[in-house]
Amino acid sequence: MKRRDFLQQTAVATSLVGLGGLGLQSFKEPTKKITILHTNDVHSHIDPFSPQDGMHPNKGGVARRASLIEAIKKENPNTLLFDAGDIFQGTPYFNYYGGELEFKLMSMLQYDAATLGNHDFDNGIEGLYAQLPHAKFDFLSANYDFKNTIMDTHTKPYKVFVKDGIKIGVFGLGIELHGLVEKNLYKETVFLDPVETTQDMTRILKEKEKCDLIICLSHLGYHYGKSSKISDLELAKSTKNIDLIIGGHTHTFLKKPTVTKNIEGKNMLVNQVGCYGINLGRIDFYFDSFNNKSADGTSIIV
Amino acid sequence: MNPKHLFFVLTVLVFFSCNQTKHLYKIEGKQISITDSLPSNSEIDSFIKPYHDHLNQSLDSVLSYSAGTYTKEDSPFNTAIGNFMADAIYEQSNPIFKKRTGKDIDFVMLNHGSIRSILSKGNITIRTAYELMPFENTVVVAAIKGDQIKELLKYLTVSSKAHPISKLKVTVDKDFNIVSAAVQGQPIDYNETYYVLTNNYLYNGGDHMTFFQPNDTVYSLDYKVRNALLDYFIKTDTIRAAIDDRYMQIE
Repeated sequence: MKRRDFLQQTAVATSLVGLGGLGLQSFKEPTKKITILHTNDVHSHIDPFSPQDGMHPNKGGVARRASLIEAIKKENPNTLLFDAGDIFQGTPYFNYYGGELEFKLMSMLQYDAATLGNHDFDNGIEGLYAQLPHAKFDFLSANYDFKNTIMDTHTKPYKVFVKDGIKIGVFGLGIELHGLVEKNLYKETVFLDPVETTQDMTRILKEKEKCDLIICLSHLGYHYGKSSKISDLELAKSTKNIDLIIGGHTHTFLKKPTVTKNIEGKNMLVNQVGCYGINLGRIDFYFDSFNNKSADGTSIIV
Repeated sequence: MNPKHLFFVLTVLVFFSCNQTKHLYKIEGKQISITDSLPSNSEIDSFIKPYHDHLNQSLDSVLSYSAGTYTKEDSPFNTAIGNFMADAIYEQSNPIFKKRTGKDIDFVMLNHGSIRSILSKGNITIRTAYELMPFENTVVVAAIKGDQIKELLKYLTVSSKAHPISKLKVTVDKDFNIVSAAVQGQPIDYNETYYVLTNNYLYNGGDHMTFFQPNDTVYSLDYKVRNALLDYFIKTDTIRAAIDDRYMQIE
């Protein structure tokens, strides 16, 4: 893998680190590591692809994903597991069991949260609601207003996880359903502007919840070429304080996570791992407690 | 830097350190491929097994028999498999439409791309219907007339693909100009409203079919295309599909 380092360090930061190193050894705490694992657009792919498959022979499979996640959690217990939507639809497992097996397996794999994709409405909003008892993880959606639907109170805009003393704020964003899903399926779900929603979310997570890390689970799609349609890359450059956008919808296979700049010119990551559970994304965040907030030097290695 | 400044800096550092300000100093990102080199979690495998076995047993249950092997490439203007699909969906949908509206569906217009697999000679199972139509598309009937019917015919003739049609008969010359166009045996009257069956994907402009909207009325039959095929297979002992003259070119 080609390694690239992105270093942003000011002279001030360097001098502070130097001074601190001399005088404040006793305050120094060990490094903390938070591991974020993620999938998107699994689309009811439970069994691995067959060896004869024309596109993804021998790839994927929930039971293999389970053992991989287990091994990573053994290596670092401070691990969170997320999904960026389109859990449903794509194999007869969905048509026969309505998403029950997908949610039960994600619960067994100990997913921490997921956001909703357009296909998660394929059996109607009632079909989604009916499967909720099988999901032992939260659905995060900040820009779907479910007030006048059966899903009201069954999703949260965001959730704060605390791992090893690090506060991780996670919020969810869905794609505009009009034109993608029939109205009689999504009913009175109201789509709210993703950029405005993100501005609210990041303010709450940064200022009120005092999160150390902010992650967006997005089903907006990676990018739409020359079109100005809202996407993960557009959202990234229009907002601030997000460290990682975990994307979905466009089934985008990236060679490596994308490093991009937010509205303040600060580096951040956008990642998406294709579809059908054939890849698992892994992002490790390393923290030390010994620095000044102005010393904003983070190296990103992808 | 004078001593006063140094004191300030140290104070700030002590403040942040003692309040455990966490500083993100490194991020590493990668993607891990799920391959057969990973062990399979046996607990998960055994949890899936009853669902898997029931599903496959059901998918393999035989509904009908195909007298031949039919592909969407077997003829340039209309194909046996396309004709079968369009006719079968019409036959299943028209009674529902008639019951709800008192009217008949005039003709069917689908797209070549929506035939997702071949129909092989031999047993037809539930799996066959999923292979032919893996999507959740539903049957829609749009009431359109005049210019939109003209556009529909133009689409059919310029795309040079064997789009599945039923109850519509179109003949073109060697330059693809329309020689005749008839619905249920009657020449098309462009002042008349026609009830055209399609699926919700095409109705919404899929495959560049822009002629279904706007319209006088649209009816969603709440009937999946795949279920129409399944119901047709269940009631039909043997499927005998054939190429015919519904869309043809004359010299």
